[in-house]
Amino acid sequence: MSGSTTRDNHGHGHGGHHGHGAHHGDAHGDAHGDAMGHGTLRDYLIGFLLSVILTAVAFWLVMYNVLGKTNLTAIAIMALAAAQIIVHMIYFLHMNTKSEGGWTMLAAIFTIVVVVITLSGSLWVMYHLNTNMMPGHLLDLR
Amino acid sequence: MPSADSAIFGRLTLDAIPYHEPILLVTFVATALLGLAVVWWVTRAGAWGYLWREWITSIDHKKIGIMYIILGLVMLMRGFADALLMRAQQAIAFGESAGYLPSHHYDQIFTAHGVIMIFFVAMPLVTGLMNYIVPLQIGARDVAFPFLNNFSFWMTVGGAVLVMASLFVGEFARTGWLAYPPLSGVAYSPGVGVDYYIWALQIAGVGTTLSGINLIATIVKMRAPGMTMMRMPIFTWTALCTNVLIVASFPVLGATLALLALDRYVGTNFFTNDLGGNPMMYVNLIWIWGHPEVYILILPAFGVFSEVVSTFSGKRLFGYTSMVYATVVITILSYLVWLHHFFTMGSGASVNAFFGITTMIISIPTGAKIFNWLFTMYRGRVRFELPMMWTIAFMLTFVVGGMTGVMLAVPPADFILHNSLFLVAHFHHVIIGGVVFGMFAGIVFWFPKAFGFRLDPYWGTWSFWFWVVGFYVAFMPLYVLGLMGVTRRLNQFADPSLQVWFVIAAFGAVLIALGIACFVIQIAVSILRRDQLRDTTGDPWHGRTLEWSTSSPPPDYNFAFTPVVHDLDAWEDMKRRGYKRPVSGFRPIHMPKNTWAGVVLAGLATLCGFALIWHIWWLAALSFLTLIATAIFHTFNYDRDFHIPVEDVVRTEGQRTTLLARA
Repeated sequence: MSGSTTRDNHGHGHGGHHGHGAHHGDAHGDAHGDAMGHGTLRDYLIGFLLSVILTAVAFWLVMYNVLGKTNLTAIAIMALAAAQIIVHMIYFLHMNTKSEGGWTMLAAIFTIVVVVITLSGSLWVMYHLNTNMMPGHLLDLR
Repeated sequence: MPSADSAIFGRLTLDAIPYHEPILLVTFVATALLGLAVVWWVTRAGAWGYLWREWITSIDHKKIGIMYIILGLVMLMRGFADALLMRAQQAIAFGESAGYLPSHHYDQIFTAHGVIMIFFVAMPLVTGLMNYIVPLQIGARDVAFPFLNNFSFWMTVGGAVLVMASLFVGEFARTGWLAYPPLSGVAYSPGVGVDYYIWALQIAGVGTTLSGINLIATIVKMRAPGMTMMRMPIFTWTALCTNVLIVASFPVLGATLALLALDRYVGTNFFTNDLGGNPMMYVNLIWIWGHPEVYILILPAFGVFSEVVSTFSGKRLFGYTSMVYATVVITILSYLVWLHHFFTMGSGASVNAFFGITTMIISIPTGAKIFNWLFTMYRGRVRFELPMMWTIAFMLTFVVGGMTGVMLAVPPADFILHNSLFLVAHFHHVIIGGVVFGMFAGIVFWFPKAFGFRLDPYWGTWSFWFWVVGFYVAFMPLYVLGLMGVTRRLNQFADPSLQVWFVIAAFGAVLIALGIACFVIQIAVSILRRDQLRDTTGDPWHGRTLEWSTSSPPPDYNFAFTPVVHDLDAWEDMKRRGYKRPVSGFRPIHMPKNTWAGVVLAGLATLCGFALIWHIWWLAALSFLTLIATAIFHTFNYDRDFHIPVEDVVRTEGQRTTLLARA
């Protein structure tokens, strides 16, 4: 506890002179605003090429029916779409583990967790409901 | 060929005004007279300019918080009036008697009751409290996006206005508060009721989502220097988790309702019974939003109780770290339990078992919280002021309500209890015993901060006892009825032996009505006795967090100097170390300016919603385009900030110095 009484408690040096607008930087130091980075031309080109390739491959798979089976093609396109999202996040949104003091990474992980839970849960639940509530003889009516 | 009338007015005709229904007519006349009285009173006082400048266009988070809470309390009157109507109907509609409410009216009432209580009472109260308290607790001068905050509030009001309009123009949904298809589809509900439901919730939902983004940004980016995450007040922690839930879940509600709207407006088949549609998908999606929603409401209440227990026990909160982790764990787990709302829909044993177990697991972090509160009280000097009484009533009530929830989480038990009055009793048990008690605790606790005087404890105590006793009298009979197999949402009963339980429940509702009346009297009496109840210190309860370090009510800029935080319970720490309030060295303070844009944009959105409900296509298109144009126009407004002159700061702080010296 020694020395604590001498600590400056009201912070003239902080909010005082630049007021409202300056809160933002004060709380965490000024570093994270710049840690975002703006990406180099090289980054943008890599990102652009990757997204063009990923898009082109998806069209190619569908237009020439390369994989033969519809199911397989659908899964491949989903995988390409997921890769596309990651490319955008890294090369265009400049997300990395350090930007904004790690908050963007945390937000991304949380988003992924929620999306995975929602999609896989819904598929599982609806598959079960379909199996139990729509017996085979009804489906045959198609 | 559409006639000229329908081209101009869509489906809206004079028949939409229910002048042939005496109950609605009397309500309308009473409401209109009350409205005219208010208008006359404001006009006589010449207060329109004041209202416009100081409240309607205000971007001050404190005023917006207060307006949210006023909205919540006004809508509580409406939602509770619905409750009284239902209780009265069920108490008399036995055997030969059909009661006084025809079924189409009764069905609208129970739908409106649920929608209003969740979306327009609980949500505004929770959002209002977070809006008011969070910036103060973290030592900020406003939220991150002050204009957005004003816009969010008016969007919520817009939704409420549409629900209220449905009472007198057309009808409300007759589907239950979640509007399950196929009943809510256009084949079974061709009227405007479900459309009112959809657009009211969409418009209010935009406000809620934006407010969630705003408060997350505020908490993450605007904390006072030194306030690390693990030094954040627990209410701010719960607010952060709640807003994360809002941002992650409300888009699901918006998307689900948008799909339902497409089914109704353009004839898609997402949730119909044929052409590949699947109504069960709606139920699945709406509960992916709906379950997190439950925690959106209860987490801030947990935050209030944590602050209250710690303050009135004069102790640091027991197990702060475990409290934070429990909150975060509940945040994640709340996404893993949604199927327990439809165990009986036909999932297999493995699915039901998984969701039953995850549901029971949630009671572990919740139980940990209860123990933390008990251990905070243990060996503390507990002061039984009103906020603390609400908190103790909550702990006793919520534990039992939670246990009936664990019962319902057991799938085989749920097969017997689902859709019964047992379920109705359970969720009222946790929502009234948790959220409502929490909001009352919060309102009584922070009222002196917001207005500079305490609420009168005499009438508050009456209100407290009427509410608590009334709750038990109103809802324990429903458990009994539910166990006897009485299903929910019925407006007439054949078995006369059930009647006594409904009469008891109706009596309980009357007791709660007295509790609400005492609350209103409490506010009126407190305003009249404000000089005796005045708080000159800014810290009437010996608080522990930063909001108590500034004056009551706080100045526009909250803090003349941004506080520096060295410990959890920052204000308690500052007091202990002999904090001296700075009385010189003030500087001009940079603040955002009020703006008309929020209320105008929300008004246009509401008009667009009304036009869509009544199929008035030209008006919908016009108001939507005007909305977009106005929003773009507003982006060119660069005159958004100003500096509070240093003389004003010196004068305000000087007044506080004088007040403190007198205290």
